[in-house]
Amino acid sequence: MADILAGGFSNAPHQAAHAFRVALDAMARPGTRHCLETAKAPAPLSQAAATLLLTLADTTTPVYLAGACNTPDIQAWVRFHTGAPLAQADAAAFAIGTWEALAPLERFATGTAEYPDRSTTLIVELAEFGNDTHRLTGPGIDGEATAYLPGDRLARFPLGVDLFLTSGATLSALPRSTKIEAL
Amino acid sequence: MSDYNFAYLDEDTKRMIRRALLKAVAIPSYQVPFASREMPMPYGWGTGGVQVTAACLKADDTLKVIDQGADDTTNAVSIRSFFQRTADVAVTECTQEASIIQTRHRIPEAPLHEGQIMVFQVPIPEPLRFLEPRETETRRMHALADYGLMQVKLYEDIAKHGEIATAYAYPVKVEGRYVMDPSPIPKFDNPKLDNSPALMLFGAGREQRIYALPPYTSVQSLDFEDFPFAATKADHSCTICGAVDSYLDEIITDDAGGRMFVCSDTSYCSERAAS
Repeated sequence: MADILAGGFSNAPHQAAHAFRVALDAMARPGTRHCLETAKAPAPLSQAAATLLLTLADTTTPVYLAGACNTPDIQAWVRFHTGAPLAQADAAAFAIGTWEALAPLERFATGTAEYPDRSTTLIVELAEFGNDTHRLTGPGIDGEATAYLPGDRLARFPLGVDLFLTSGATLSALPRSTKIEAL
Repeated sequence: MSDYNFAYLDEDTKRMIRRALLKAVAIPSYQVPFASREMPMPYGWGTGGVQVTAACLKADDTLKVIDQGADDTTNAVSIRSFFQRTADVAVTECTQEASIIQTRHRIPEAPLHEGQIMVFQVPIPEPLRFLEPRETETRRMHALADYGLMQVKLYEDIAKHGEIATAYAYPVKVEGRYVMDPSPIPKFDNPKLDNSPALMLFGAGREQRIYALPPYTSVQSLDFEDFPFAATKADHSCTICGAVDSYLDEIITDDAGGRMFVCSDTSYCSERAAS
């Protein structure tokens, strides 16, 4: 059993503030890559995903652990460090797993016409950021940008899921507002 | 300083606001509900903006606070000293040096740059509220992008006054989808919202709403083909620095009709006057 008590924030107000600004910058500028490495959870959860969880999840946000992320160690780590209830996919505020484990994305909340914010945020664990696969346009992008994405996602703006992409200590984001086109 | 958590709010509250901010950025100009807290200042003094700033601040930020463009008015001074006491952050009056700018009712004249965050204090976030008081109805109107009522309001302005009489809080359409209240900035500032390199965050404390404009977002002021939007200002130059391109305040100087026009952006004006 891994040491589930370790790997959290040692100075939560400052480390969470730093991590949030990284996440905010990533969401405001889709496709850009950022470094996020404060927290360390049991394998196979990446540092970036672990830090995001500590920054955003708490007792009010059900978390869904998909596939290989759904281990007793990670369950215990998430429970101890965030207090977040573990939930099924359709009830989750945050869902974590590989692209394959999270599929099909239809099972996650995409919000309603009146409340498009009532949607799941996906934290997609990548083995690595590959070569750029998609052209991105939309809010947050000056003209156009290119980025690596593991695939297409549901987006019927303003409904949709927002994605954080994580690999090791690297973080990138894809809000639902971004239009994507395969290169 | 040690009597408070960093930036005053507790961590649970900051997380709640941060989640709302991320949704707000992902759905530009949609008003995200949030559980606004009671702050040590009255509603109407910028409690929404203060909560957004508190959730964003980190120790190495440089904060600028303006009230109607001025760094030295009551609201700006008290909010600035609030964050000096509770977050111990550096403060500045210089627009270019600031990483976060909290503002009441103005956008600085100096161009903003990438990486900067503007935080707006918003009294009434719902642009349709004075046309339709029911939240259930305005929410449905946003869901259906049913903004005919707003166009009728602007048309009635023209029918009554010969022009669109709205001079501040002039409604905008964001990315061709949501109509948004840009907060009570003069319409002179509306063009600065369009395609700005800075991230714009809006906090309404009493109304419990947060919304946002990511950088490089399309923001168009509502208008008609034959009555196009025009950013207006007083037809004078600044008495202190001589600027002809900045938004001016009219100051009454005596009881005999004397008046002068000066830049509302005190930082812009003093930098020009000094150089």
